Amino acid sequence: MSDAALFSGREWDFDTIQRIHDAIAVVAQKELGLDTYPNQIEIITAEQMLDAYASIGMPLYYKHWSFGKSFAEHEMIYRKGLQNLAYEIVINSNPCISYLLEESSATMQTLVIGHAAFGHNHFFKNNYQFKQWTDPDSILDYLAFAKGYIASCEERHGHGPVERLLDAAHALTAQGVDRYARKKSFDMKREEARERERMAEREQLYNDLWRTVPEKSGRAKRSAEEKRRALLGLPQENILYFLEKVAPRLKPWQRELLRIVRLMAQYFYPQQQTKVMNEGCATYCHYCIMTALHEQGRIDDGSLMEFLHSHTDVTRQAAYNDKYYGGINPYALGFDMMSDIARIVCEPTEEDRAWFPEIAGTGDALATLRHVWANFRDDSFIAQFLSPHLMRKWRLFHVVDDDSAKFLEVKAIHNERGYRDLRRTLASQFDVAQNAPDIQVVDVNLEGDRRLVLHHRVMNGRVLEPENAQLVLNHLAYLWGYEVTLNEIDAASEKLLKEHSAKAPA
Amino acid sequence: MHIIDRRLNPSGKNFENRQRFLRRAKRVVEQAVREASRGRTIEDLEAPAEITITTEDMRQPTFRPTPGSRRDYLLPGNRDYIEGDLIERDRSDGHGVGSGAGRGGGKAEDAFRFVLSREEFLNIFLDDLELPDLAKRRVALNELDELRRAGYTTSGSPANLSIPRTLRVSLSRRIALGRPKQQEIELLERELSEAVEAAALETKAEELMALQRKRSRIAYLDPLDLRYRRFERTPKPVTQAVIFCLMDVSGSMTEHMKDIAKRFFTLLHIFLTRRYKRIELVFIRHTDTASEVDENTFFHSTETGGTLVSSALAEMLRIVKDRYDADEWNIYAAQASDGDNQESDNARAAELLQNGVLPLCQYFAYIEVSGAGPDIADALSLTSRSSLWRTYSMVQRRGGKLQMRRVSRRAQIFPVFRELFQRRAAKETAAP
Repeated sequence: MSDAALFSGREWDFDTIQRIHDAIAVVAQKELGLDTYPNQIEIITAEQMLDAYASIGMPLYYKHWSFGKSFAEHEMIYRKGLQNLAYEIVINSNPCISYLLEESSATMQTLVIGHAAFGHNHFFKNNYQFKQWTDPDSILDYLAFAKGYIASCEERHGHGPVERLLDAAHALTAQGVDRYARKKSFDMKREEARERERMAEREQLYNDLWRTVPEKSGRAKRSAEEKRRALLGLPQENILYFLEKVAPRLKPWQRELLRIVRLMAQYFYPQQQTKVMNEGCATYCHYCIMTALHEQGRIDDGSLMEFLHSHTDVTRQAAYNDKYYGGINPYALGFDMMSDIARIVCEPTEEDRAWFPEIAGTGDALATLRHVWANFRDDSFIAQFLSPHLMRKWRLFHVVDDDSAKFLEVKAIHNERGYRDLRRTLASQFDVAQNAPDIQVVDVNLEGDRRLVLHHRVMNGRVLEPENAQLVLNHLAYLWGYEVTLNEIDAASEKLLKEHSAKAPA
Repeated sequence: MHIIDRRLNPSGKNFENRQRFLRRAKRVVEQAVREASRGRTIEDLEAPAEITITTEDMRQPTFRPTPGSRRDYLLPGNRDYIEGDLIERDRSDGHGVGSGAGRGGGKAEDAFRFVLSREEFLNIFLDDLELPDLAKRRVALNELDELRRAGYTTSGSPANLSIPRTLRVSLSRRIALGRPKQQEIELLERELSEAVEAAALETKAEELMALQRKRSRIAYLDPLDLRYRRFERTPKPVTQAVIFCLMDVSGSMTEHMKDIAKRFFTLLHIFLTRRYKRIELVFIRHTDTASEVDENTFFHSTETGGTLVSSALAEMLRIVKDRYDADEWNIYAAQASDGDNQESDNARAAELLQNGVLPLCQYFAYIEVSGAGPDIADALSLTSRSSLWRTYSMVQRRGGKLQMRRVSRRAQIFPVFRELFQRRAAKETAAP
């Protein structure tokens, strides 16, 4: 019975889904060695899919007008037939929830279960970014809490103030993520032990001679400034965190709202950093799973054709001069890189051995891939694993557009001299932190007008769009309660390029 | 693994977000709706509408870096270039580098198209119009369902058992099935006790037995007989309104003028149906005499004669007295006329309006239609006011319920209508 076809034709029912899932689970575990959260598969309609779009894919979310706006937008696009709906949405939670569209055929459901419920699921559970920054066990409970809390705030304080605060917080979401783990404060016991240790050290090294050394001039003044900064935890790049902890005029419920927005931003941050890898992993998994099912005779040739048709659509990369070109397709890049790694591991060429001595020819493609999926994010993944073979296949080239030059210049192409440049450039394109502006809170004028000072360190003259910056700054001033200044400083020359400021609304 | 069918979940999860979005975008959406409604006829005013709004108030700003002075692009599909090649900037079609995505994205955010449902469209269209003094004596805020008797039913709760009706059914059944009466049996028993002959005794006994058997078979009251009082829930007309449409149909009113008047009345009707559960329309046309007519006659038949406005007002007062108790009805009146009235009648009309009609009405709207070439009419109307206009404006000063506007073209109806029914607060600031 276990070798019979899973389904025939395009129709499916819940038993079919169960059979498909079980068959895939066997393949995923035995052949791919995937380690996943338990699955929860939910069948939804097109309208519900649009709903899910509007709330960033989450099954429940707090209410805000911007979600209504994006719903209206997606609905318009969908109704006019400009774009198809996604086949699935998958949520990084435990159990892992995958939404499947009811209109899909049985083959597509198989593909999607392999892709989302196993590929993405494995990635969520094992990638270090997700492990470090997200808590899939509690995310749904937290969302329920957030929704309820914000609704109760609206009841108590009115829709207006809550909306105002959420608007302001949303404007700063990109500045509301931690990129490094924050220092954990010691508890009293350890603090005391450390203090005693230091004391002992000082006693041991005491030398009366140091007393006679003259003090540096201006040191006292600087130390006051430093003390103040240390007290406020400055400089701080997580602006929402800073406001939540330090902003003088926020009420407790407002701080809690900032915290909710900040934690949601943090939850989604790993997904931005691993788009190529996440989709590459899922696409590679569904490809392996579908071909394995076909080999076992559990799906027929027609299904395989349907699958391949859809698969090649998804992994198509248009050339730069194609009218459909819309940037690098993360599905295509991810899938090709995963396949390429498998090739290097199993059938390396001389070139591969020179470029990837650690993995070339080791023989176990999936073990290598699982290691890759667990320990990299997009930029490090590309910097490490984009092979010359793939660069030639994609015919990549690097164009520089410099305002001071008269022409665009082709800086590197897919040849021996260009490989490293291409790889570095592509990696930096996927480096989220590098592409986001580096904005930090650097100081607060505590003695005077409580002005908040932020610095934007400008790379390559990429100053902020002035209009948007001013609007965000207005929001920031509302949250801070006093005047806010943003200085744009060139990272190379330390020159002040631009200054924005906003006064707090009365 | 769990499989969950979410398809049956209630839809409209985003309804609240959409409401918030519309509230947020109120000003621009209202503007867009106003523009959209200007181009529509009254008949298709109620269709769903696609509108375009600017997203000025709904920007979601973030810190966005500009592309900077040096931009690096990594592109796939190189066929022609080698390292060190220079590409001219202007040929944007060939390499497509740089320009498209960034700038296009910024533009797309400025205008935003989406579809408003019919309800939303009408709601917004009518939103900042509100009738004065909606709180009439009989207006209750909460809607009430009323139970109304609606015949009988064979099932129901014991409390609703209708005994007379049940017994009536029972009686007819007993008669139909021939159930022996108590008297018959008693009579037979008496005869039996008095009988002496054996044969007679036996037949009498048998007869009695048969009767008694029949009587026990046919119940006095069978479950079939039960009848219960039936109740139906009907929405209680907590708010009801009557609109009096008054129109001068004398020869001086052209078809064009009537058309404008009709549009005005139609819109008034649409508007009031959204505010009141039950609305009645009364059409009164007048020349030098007034009469109540049906809608078709009102708009389509012509009469000849002089013009006495007071006759229409008197007719309206009579109908109110007969049928619409001012305690129970919200009374609205809209009058359309070309402004002609016999000079001798003006005083009486003013008196009727002032002391008779206005105290009863929630609102009295007077629109004066002019049929001549629009520009000429506008010019004329500025210099010479019609006799009725002058009469009414004297009354107007003394009471706020009377509103007057002048219309000569179809396109002016919407603005006039809006002005007439604008919220009171807004009206005080806006100059008429």
